[in-house]
Amino acid sequence: MNAVIEAVGLRKCFGTFTAVDGVSFRVEAGSVFGLLGPNGAGKTTTIRILYGFSPLTEGRVTVFGLDIAAHHREIKARIGVCQQDNTLDPDLSVEQNLLVFAGYFLMDAKIAAGRARELLSFFALDGKRKAKVMELSGGMIRRLMLARALINSPELLILDEPTTGLDPQSRHQLWDKLTELKAAGLTILLTTHYMEEAARLCDTLVIVDHGKILVQGSPAELIRDHAGRFVLEIEGRDPQTRRFAKESGLRYDLLEQRVILYSDGDEASLEEARRAFCPAACLTRQASLEDVFLRLTGRELRE
Amino acid sequence: MNARGRFSMRFVQVWRRNLIVYKRIWKVNFLPPMLEPIFYLTAFGLGLGSLVKTVPYQGEQVDYMSFIAPGLIASAVMWQSFFETTFASFVRMFYQKTFDAMLSTPLTLEEVIIGEIVWGATKAFIASILVLCVVAAFGGAHLPGALLVPPVAFLGGLAFACAGMCFTGVTPSIDMFNLPMFLFITPMFLFSGTFFPLDNLPAWAGLAAKITPLYHLTSLIRELCLGRLGADAWLSLAYLAAFTALAAALSLRAMRRRLVR
Repeated sequence: MNAVIEAVGLRKCFGTFTAVDGVSFRVEAGSVFGLLGPNGAGKTTTIRILYGFSPLTEGRVTVFGLDIAAHHREIKARIGVCQQDNTLDPDLSVEQNLLVFAGYFLMDAKIAAGRARELLSFFALDGKRKAKVMELSGGMIRRLMLARALINSPELLILDEPTTGLDPQSRHQLWDKLTELKAAGLTILLTTHYMEEAARLCDTLVIVDHGKILVQGSPAELIRDHAGRFVLEIEGRDPQTRRFAKESGLRYDLLEQRVILYSDGDEASLEEARRAFCPAACLTRQASLEDVFLRLTGRELRE
Repeated sequence: MNARGRFSMRFVQVWRRNLIVYKRIWKVNFLPPMLEPIFYLTAFGLGLGSLVKTVPYQGEQVDYMSFIAPGLIASAVMWQSFFETTFASFVRMFYQKTFDAMLSTPLTLEEVIIGEIVWGATKAFIASILVLCVVAAFGGAHLPGALLVPPVAFLGGLAFACAGMCFTGVTPSIDMFNLPMFLFITPMFLFSGTFFPLDNLPAWAGLAAKITPLYHLTSLIRELCLGRLGADAWLSLAYLAAFTALAAALSLRAMRRRLVR
């Protein structure tokens, strides 16, 4: 397989603080790659390195086989970036946002106009061509950001938290669009806080924390290896439940108000615990990427 | 990427973006540079001028209106370009995140900043034409020298736009722009020979005024409007070019430090 991005030993320090600490990964052509981690894990810094915004302290990144340190203009001409903040131009209309942006790529005006029309219709923004950015809803802003990132027909799309703050309707619509783009062969790298999003879209993902990669794999592999198949959550602080958890041979987490048991087998393997401790409130469910994430990065708040 | 690869004509796209925004409300944008000189020329030229009549300038008596008119062109150039690369650029950089978006495209930081500076100078250029029209209507511009005023205004605009960008590169917040406004721009406006000849100041103050860019821009435009061009004019031209080069280098350094992390 062809690697679109190859990052080897990325390190980025801000003064004495190391934001990214020895991160290596490959993004294969045509795949969706997820970069997951709590706030402050180093996701956005990594992304800023990838599109040539932040110079590296150490390490090497090649995109399309070109070294980012020497070829960032060529690389940036072939990628689309959708930043976390709304960086749309509030002084311009929806359509002008696309056309002016096309100018930054020195695109031919006629081609740009055609491409803008296509993208506005793809993202259901036809009716808003002349609208000001300020008049758009949160979902429309995200769609326009995405449309703008695609104006130069990029081979690689970089998305920094594309659905943060969106309502479920907008989020699902955006997921559909991203799935469509993926099917058309676009390589996508995204960061997200939403495990459902990562599980749904990503072929491969890494979970990072404190600037380091904790695990890497497909969502299914990671769930299997780090959470198992089924999960039983038992509410309350009953000491007997806690003792059972420790002696059961199952993976478990002891929380303030909950005991969580993880099973690699089927639902039946949790039956004993269920019978013994479940007059209290219980929940049996399938293991998810969120379990993996919380088990690996801990449950403390990150501020 | 080496330093050389960071500069190309692509900066024109940043300039074009600002032009598109400017054209959306050009009638409003035209008003300040049109109205301000009318106010000043009426108040000072007609009002004060009827008392002062003429002022001594380089061994000649010049009528007061003709004396201050070029000064008003020069100060319009200063205000327009300095304001553009301080307040306006800061809003684009900090609040609107326009630079962040630009920097995710093949544009380099240097091209974004140069685009902003050249745009600031362009606003000064447009303003100089507008003020010149007003001044000409009041009878304060000589042809053909006055035709050279806009290109000179463009150079002056570059100088002040670069100076403004230096402050934008280091200011912690938008409120802090009041500092250069009151310590740099306003004193220059008052003491660089806009309203009275510098000979009327104590020697030290006159000397201090002569190291400011506005003094040189004012005297250059005054020479052109009065229809003469002495050796001093060439000196002023060289001064403005050198000031621009220095301030441009400093502003690029400051912005790189500020934005590339």
